Parts: sequence; structure tokens; C-alpha cells
Amino acid sequence: MKRFTLPGFGLTLGYTLVYLTLIVLIPLSALFVKTQSGGWDHFWNSITSPQVVASYKVSFGLSLVAALINGVFGVLAAWVLVRYRFPGRRFLDAIVDLPFALPTAVAGIALTTLYAPNEWIGQFFAYNQPLGAWLAPHTPVGDWLREHAWSKPYLGRVGLKIAYSQIGILIALTFIGLPFVVRTVQPVIQDLSLDVEEAAACLGATRYQTFTRVVLPGLLPAIFTGVTLAYGRAVGEYGSVVFISGGIPFQTQITPMLIISKLEDYDYTGAAGIGFVMLVASFAILLLCNGFQAWDNRRKGVA
Amino acid sequence: MAGAASTFPTVARVERPAGATAEPWLLRATLIGIVFVFFVLFLFLPLLVVFKEAFAKGLPVFLAAFQDDAARSAIKLTLLAAGIAVPLNTIFGIAAAWALTRFDFPGRPILITLIDLPLWISPVVGGLIYVLVFGAQGWFGPWFIDHGIRIIFAVPGIALATIFVTFPFVARGLIPLMQAQGTKEEEAALSLGANGWQIFWRVTLPKIKWGLLYGIILCNARAMGEFGAVTVVSGGVRGRTNTIPLHIQTLYEEYQFAAAFAVASLLCVLALLTLVIKTYAEWRAEQQLAEAARAPESLSTLNSQPSTSR
Repeated sequence: MKRFTLPGFGLTLGYTLVYLTLIVLIPLSALFVKTQSGGWDHFWNSITSPQVVASYKVSFGLSLVAALINGVFGVLAAWVLVRYRFPGRRFLDAIVDLPFALPTAVAGIALTTLYAPNEWIGQFFAYNQPLGAWLAPHTPVGDWLREHAWSKPYLGRVGLKIAYSQIGILIALTFIGLPFVVRTVQPVIQDLSLDVEEAAACLGATRYQTFTRVVLPGLLPAIFTGVTLAYGRAVGEYGSVVFISGGIPFQTQITPMLIISKLEDYDYTGAAGIGFVMLVASFAILLLCNGFQAWDNRRKGVA
Repeated sequence: MAGAASTFPTVARVERPAGATAEPWLLRATLIGIVFVFFVLFLFLPLLVVFKEAFAKGLPVFLAAFQDDAARSAIKLTLLAAGIAVPLNTIFGIAAAWALTRFDFPGRPILITLIDLPLWISPVVGGLIYVLVFGAQGWFGPWFIDHGIRIIFAVPGIALATIFVTFPFVARGLIPLMQAQGTKEEEAALSLGANGWQIFWRVTLPKIKWGLLYGIILCNARAMGEFGAVTVVSGGVRGRTNTIPLHIQTLYEEYQFAAAFAVASLLCVLALLTLVIKTYAEWRAEQQLAEAARAPESLSTLNSQPSTSR
């Protein structure tokens, strides 16, 4: 069969390349050039200042934790949505993509309102409350403890600050990463052959053994791909985090927030330097993800 | 033959033994329960909060949030930015999908990766690169400023940042679909004398319309909701360069929570609408794909039927 039978190759490829160059490649090259323009010392100082390094730890560390949480709950959700039949399944399936469709700023203020102290969920964890009031809020016992326990330290004052702490950031990053894991793992579970599981059962494997030794190895490449996608998205996330984080330097400041604060100070080379670090990280995560996908394809090829 | 067959015990339709490939019901119920709780905490409650807080101070306050001049200009600017970004990325997506699925050429995988690139880059970095190109200290910024054209902290910058962030959506929706559908029908049209545009409008477009709609819908949702990239390039001049998400931020930071959530509920409705259309379009795209998979078979059976009947 001839290869170049259909018309339009020159036009479509040409347009694709021109548009890609104008919108993506030229602006990205500006970042590389700007990074160089301030000199090596300025670049190095701007990307290794203590505040910036602390933000890397927050951004990259919490993104990893969030991606791993999604790795667990996303796979569980994918399994339940594919394998089980229960009322509301289709609805749950459709709403998985909400974090993808909902503007990040809306997600940000909604999550902040949920988890701020004195708000919906946050009140149950409110900081510095007597233990009893935490366990039994809005009850006579809780109210009594709230009033009287301050002078009695043995009743204990525990609490958990969710919004304006790292836990809040973690919740926002988990929220935005969820669809990536579910949507990557779901089709793979769909394509699993029940025959293999039956064969394992016939050979005397328990359901647990079948899952861990037969099913899970087949899912692993997809799980890794999904977790890496969620990680990549979380590392660069800004909108949903900025409201809930509180932006306390060294504690809850994520790296994209620092880029914006550098821009507000007209420190363009500093912003470009941090942007360059984030870009390199994005490339590294992209390569990792491509590696997992190649692994997945090899597995499919073997099977 | 028939008598011989009847001596064998009739084999019942083989039912899969449920125990072998399913979990015990208690575990199943627990897992479903965990997923429900997780979804309620992470997906339903945020939605509920938006609508509850939007109406917390009553309908008049809710409606007043949209009467405000700043809100109106934010809505206009968002519609304008999406109105520029979505058609441009749609044309690009169709062209890219055509080039990448109808032809094989060296560098094809690299091109696919490059198209995906904006998805991997932080939106804030996406905004930053346009500031570096078109800002006052940027490559082309001074030239444009000398000629009285403002790009950064103005509408063109917002449109550009929106284009960047939503760049791959249509292409990503179309490439796997067109790859799976193959080129047989297009080649048939070509052999019957159709030209390129006729092939596209009459053969390809009807085949891909649901996949295309799915891509456009996602692209539009992201374009209207983009925050990070637009924050960097907008400069946040209220009533002039505020998009809807930036307007929400302004209201929220001024403690006008009811108004902020009222405007946010507008975007929430848009997101829910997107999910509905997406679910429907996805379903139709799968159907089209299934039809495409069945088509060669039905064609061959049509061809073979007359010969066997004769």
C-alpha cells in the first residue's frame, strides 16, 4: 500500500509545526535564554536560597504524598467502578473527572471553606480545643468541656489545623490528581481477562493470592503511569493550593507561589531561574511517565 | 444425529463461579463504602460548599454578584479569551491529528510528546514564559510597547496564556480516535475522486465529530477556568484584565464570600455541564469506534453472502 496517498500532509504538518513553534517552543526558549542572562551566580543564588529550597520540599514532597494517596484510592476507585455493580455507580464514574473540569480557583476556595477552622469539616479538627469538645462537638458535653476545660490541662487539648497548613495543601493536591490515576487504571482493569483469575482460583490460589500475584502485576505499569501523571500535575499546581496553603514562607509556600512573588518584585531573572528548575522537573517526570508507558506497552505486547 | 445428541445430558450455559473471580460480599461492601466516603469528602462536599455558600446570604446577594460591573467585565473577558483560544486550538488539533494519524514520518513520536508538553508544565511557568517574551523587559515586549500595543497585563496576554494551557486538548482527543479508525474510508473516497476538503468534511468529520466535541468541551472548560497562567500575565487590573477566576479571587480576598461563591457557582455549573457532555460524547465516540471496528466484517460478509448463496 502506498503511504502518502491522502492529501494534506504538507499543509497540516506545516501548520502544526508553525503553531507549535509560535505558541510553545519560542516562549519556552525565552525561559532558557532569560535564565542565562543574569549570570551563573545570580541564577544559582536564586534557585538555592533557603526560602526557595524550602518551597521545593513542600511542592515536590507533598506532591509525592498526594500522588501516593491517589495511587491507593484511585486504584481502589477504578476497581470498584469496573468490577462492582451498585446504585450510583455511573454517577460516581462521571464525577471522577470533576477535578479536571472544575476551575482550580473554585476548587481552591471550596476546599478552604471546607477545612478552615470553624468551617464545615475544619471545626471538628479545630486547633487547641479540649479533647472532649473535639470528639463531641455541638453536644452539651462538648460545650461544657469547651467552657471548662481550659484550666484543666489533663483533659487534653488536641486539634489539627487543616487549612493554612501542609495538610491543606495535601488535600488540594490529592483532589486535583485523582482523575489521572482512576482514568489510567480503569481501562486496564476493564481489559483484564477473567479467565486468568479463574485459572488461578482453579489452581488453588486464594482470592488474595490471585489479586497480589496475578492481577496486581498486570496493573502495576498503569498504576505507576497514573501516579506519575498525578505527580506531574500536582508539582505545577497553583490555583487550588494558593487559597488553602496560607503561603507561610518555609512552611506552606509552594514553588509556583515563589515565581509569582519574584515577578511582583520585578525580579525576572530570579523568576526565570525558578521556572527553569520547575521546567526541568517537568521534563524529568514526563520522561519517567513515558518510561512507564513503554513498560506497559511491552507487557501488552508479551500478553 | 439428532438422536445421538439427545443422549448427552444437556449442558447448562456455563456460569462463572462467582467466588473465583469476585471478593466476598463483606469486603466488596467495605471497598464500595471506602470509595463512597472518599468521593463524598473530595468531590461532593466541595461542590456542595460552592452552592451552599453562594446562597448563604439569600438570592438577592447571589444575583447582585452578577450585576456588578467588575463581574460583567470579567465574564466578557473570559468569554473573549475562550472565544479566541478554543477555535485556534481546535483548528490546530484537527491539523495535528490529520498529520499524525494519516501519515507516517520520522520524528512522529517526538512531535506527539511536544504537543503534550503544555500539560506537563506548571500553568505559572506557562504564564511566565509569555512575560519573558512580551513583557517590558522581554524579547518583543519593547517593540510592541513602542507601537502602542500592550500584550502583557492586557487582553492579548491573557488570550495567549489561555491558548498555551489548553493547547493539547483537542489534538489529544482526536489522535487516538483517528488512529483507531484508520484511513480505509478516506482512501475509498479518494479513489472515487473526492478532493482533500471533500474527504475531510464528508468522510472524516462525521466519523470524528463526537471525539472532536469531547476535546472542544474539555478545552473550553480549561480555557474558562484557567487561573495560574492568567494570574501571571493579567496584572489584575480590576474591571479591565480580570477573568472570572481572577474576579473570584479578588472577591474572596476582600471577604465577600457570598459574592465569590456566587460567581464560582457559575463556573461550577459550567464544569458539571462539561462532565455531562463529556460523558455523552465519550459514549458516542466509543460507539463510533465500535462501528468502525465492525465495519470491515460487515463489508466482508456482504461481499461473501452472494457467492455462498449461489
